[in-house]
Amino acid sequence: MVDHHTHPASSGSGHPPAIELREISKTFGTVRANKAISMAIGKGAIHGIVGENGAGKSTLMNILYGLHRADSGDILIDGQITPIHSSADAIRAGIGMVHQHFMLVPNFTVLENVMLGSEGSPMLKPGVGETRALLKTLGEEFDMHVDPDALIEDLPVGLQQRVEIIKAVKGGARILILDEPTGVLTPGEAESLFKILRRMKQDGVTVILITHKLSEIMAITDTVTVIRGGEVVGHRKTADTNPEELAELMVGRKVLLRVDRGAARPGAVLLEADGLECHAADGRPLLHDIDFQIRAGEILGIAGVAGNGQTELLEVLSGLRPVDKGRLVVMNRTVTRQSRTDPEQMRQAHVGHIPEDRHRHGLVLAFEARENAVLGFHKSSVTGEGALIDQQAMTAHCLDLMREFDVRPPNPNLSGRNFSGGNQQKLVIAREIDKRPRVLIVGQPTRGVDIGAIEFIHKQLIRLRDEGCAILLVSVELEEILGLSDRIMVMNAGRQVGIVPCEEADEQTLGLMMAGIRGSDAA
Amino acid sequence: MSEFLFQALLTLDGTVRVATPLILCAMAGMFSERSGVIDISLEGKLLVGAFVAATIAYFTGSPWLAVFCAIGASVLVALIHGFACITHRGNQVVSGLAINILAAGVTVVVAIALFRQGGQTPILDRGDRFGPMEFWFVETLDPIPMLGAVYREFISGHNPITYLALLVVPASAYLLYRTRFGLRLRAVGEVPAAVDTAGVSVAWLRYRAVLLAGVLCGIAGAYLSIGQGAGFVPEMSAGKGYIALAAVIFGKWRPVPAFLACLMFGFLEALSARLQGIDLPLIGEAPTHLMLALPYIMTVLLLAGFIGRASPPAAIGVPYTK
Ligand SMILES: Nc1ncnc2c1ncn2[C@@H]1O[C@H](COP(=O)(O)OP(=O)(O)OP(=O)(O)O)[C@@H](O)[C@H]1O
Ligand SMILES: [Mg+2]
Repeated sequence: MVDHHTHPASSGSGHPPAIELREISKTFGTVRANKAISMAIGKGAIHGIVGENGAGKSTLMNILYGLHRADSGDILIDGQITPIHSSADAIRAGIGMVHQHFMLVPNFTVLENVMLGSEGSPMLKPGVGETRALLKTLGEEFDMHVDPDALIEDLPVGLQQRVEIIKAVKGGARILILDEPTGVLTPGEAESLFKILRRMKQDGVTVILITHKLSEIMAITDTVTVIRGGEVVGHRKTADTNPEELAELMVGRKVLLRVDRGAARPGAVLLEADGLECHAADGRPLLHDIDFQIRAGEILGIAGVAGNGQTELLEVLSGLRPVDKGRLVVMNRTVTRQSRTDPEQMRQAHVGHIPEDRHRHGLVLAFEARENAVLGFHKSSVTGEGALIDQQAMTAHCLDLMREFDVRPPNPNLSGRNFSGGNQQKLVIAREIDKRPRVLIVGQPTRGVDIGAIEFIHKQLIRLRDEGCAILLVSVELEEILGLSDRIMVMNAGRQVGIVPCEEADEQTLGLMMAGIRGSDAA
Repeated sequence: MSEFLFQALLTLDGTVRVATPLILCAMAGMFSERSGVIDISLEGKLLVGAFVAATIAYFTGSPWLAVFCAIGASVLVALIHGFACITHRGNQVVSGLAINILAAGVTVVVAIALFRQGGQTPILDRGDRFGPMEFWFVETLDPIPMLGAVYREFISGHNPITYLALLVVPASAYLLYRTRFGLRLRAVGEVPAAVDTAGVSVAWLRYRAVLLAGVLCGIAGAYLSIGQGAGFVPEMSAGKGYIALAAVIFGKWRPVPAFLACLMFGFLEALSARLQGIDLPLIGEAPTHLMLALPYIMTVLLLAGFIGRASPPAAIGVPYTK
């Protein structure tokens, strides 16, 4: 399947490509993250890079940005061999990068974050004025306005990312690398990002875009490179390819972009919310009057723009946040303001939880995989009998999970931090699903996860449903909600706008409901 | 003028005197910790600075040269800490503790080898050390009630290093909040990757912070042995480095609040010294040992209870790897 179409940038006119990578290789310990990767990208093109989790995309971009050093290979900028050994070199070469994980100081203002590294003089004062002016011009030129004095931690992720882009292009970067920029964005935010990218392209900026969403590749890129296992498996002109082909190149087999599922066979009600409310510390309502029931063997999808109460709902259901009013009935246990619960009790009641933020609530990044694989179940039999943890049993348990759920690399001793995002997620999902929960609370199960793994995770969720588990699924991906849910509840500003059966839902009606507009017949 | 007011003045005077090394060490600790490097080794640097200052002052008779060498020695210790923590990504607390233990031992061993006085240096002559700085007009203002005494006891008559320490605080605040170095320093203690990706070396930035801490601790050490005291005594730092660190935490890693915390600790110590042997109403004679322990007890109590949620720099104690 490995093929090398003549690349559009290297043929054509006499211009050298804006960026050319020649035979870049990089090894981490025993992992060969990049194997002789070559590609050329024409000036002013938007070039997509796709590949599975752990394929080596971020590694390659970090090499281009000087954060990692390639073991061998050359980087050419505008036809010139340019050694890039540090971010400072990259910035000098006109490269800006928006990293997969934000590189922002949360308790700094936007202005301070933008200034950092290019303050001008040793005193801050003159730089502050210049940066303010720069923010203003960039804001006008690319329609990217942000309040310079806002603290980063107070901004929604969409705006935080805008700050990242401003940081990347502030010095007049001619090459902009974006590593999974849309992973955390709402569809609206992603659309405005693409508008900005198109405008930059008109200005002659060359853009490299990494994403797992093939629809985005099709929508915005000119050319695309597919990487699998650290190797280039194909270059394509976007116009000459389609998502199915790209998916197949990425994974090496045919992938179902939408998982088949039979009709639900709902059983008894296992989870019920009845007038559920909760408030912030300052009394602001976070959840208001939430009512729903989930039966065994069905999936209730929760749709909504991020930040409309879904996070809080997940927290309440998993026992992380107390109920302030109303009640929650989990199988035959009732949770109210008076009779509280905690995550441990919820676990004992066979409620599984796949948290929204795998780094904060799903894993301990410094722990080894085998330790992460028993988190929350460390008192159960998976760690052996008795008070001591049976190390061998723990390792064996982790290996089993890794095989069954295709976690790569299948090394129980690797620390959580060193797995790629998708594989971290598979580890969390493996841990939770393996315990055969009666109720499963799922938040953003496929954020930052490649399409092969998405297919796998979706299949697992459907299988669990068919085995009689009641599943609540929160996702900002409408496609995912529509593909998996039997009924869909839409949330807006901490309230439920309505619940619709999946057959009656489409992106348009859901979109309207997400904006808080209640369909005439929505219950 | 009443006796009480005069006593109060003397206590305030003592406060500043006791607080001087605390202030310098607290600013040192603040810089180091703001860059993300835990600095338990303030204590060790202080001790080494004190010893080197006294030794050089004894041999050369020049307090200025003595301060200079104290700074050099303390910077060398800071470099060891930096080398262990920044270059080799070692555990910062372990490195700091090791330095403190090393400093306590080495100073005494070398002192015994040089002077054979049980680890002390010989008593220094007046000219070999820094004396109080008499300001102008003390004589002129003296007859004026209140103002004269305040000027004489409180404004004038301190050690030059004390005045320096008082200048270091606004200078530190300026450096931290108004300069490029300060901005990067604050950033590197929070999200070092953000600094790295902005094209600035994390290691060099942290080294500079740690070296700056070395300079300040060296001056503080010189103050102990050739400013406030007249020679080096084993263990003469007596936990001041740790108290300064407590002041940093108490001041939430900000220069001015940390300075105020130092003054408070200084005040408690000056007060306890002043109250010793004095008959208090109700209690009777002030219990000496309790009074001496008071600053330490307060440190524990304040740190445990009153400070609220301290939010240390996010990346503190974490070596940076890409
Ligand atoms: N610092 C590191 N130390 C050890 N291994 C690493 C390191 N960084 C990456 N790897 C490994 O290199 C491989 C490529 O990782 P990389 O982050 O480039 O993948 P990716 O394609 O960006 O994946 P994702 O889509 O999940 O972001 C993975 O197997 C990963 O575990
Ligand atoms: Mg990546």
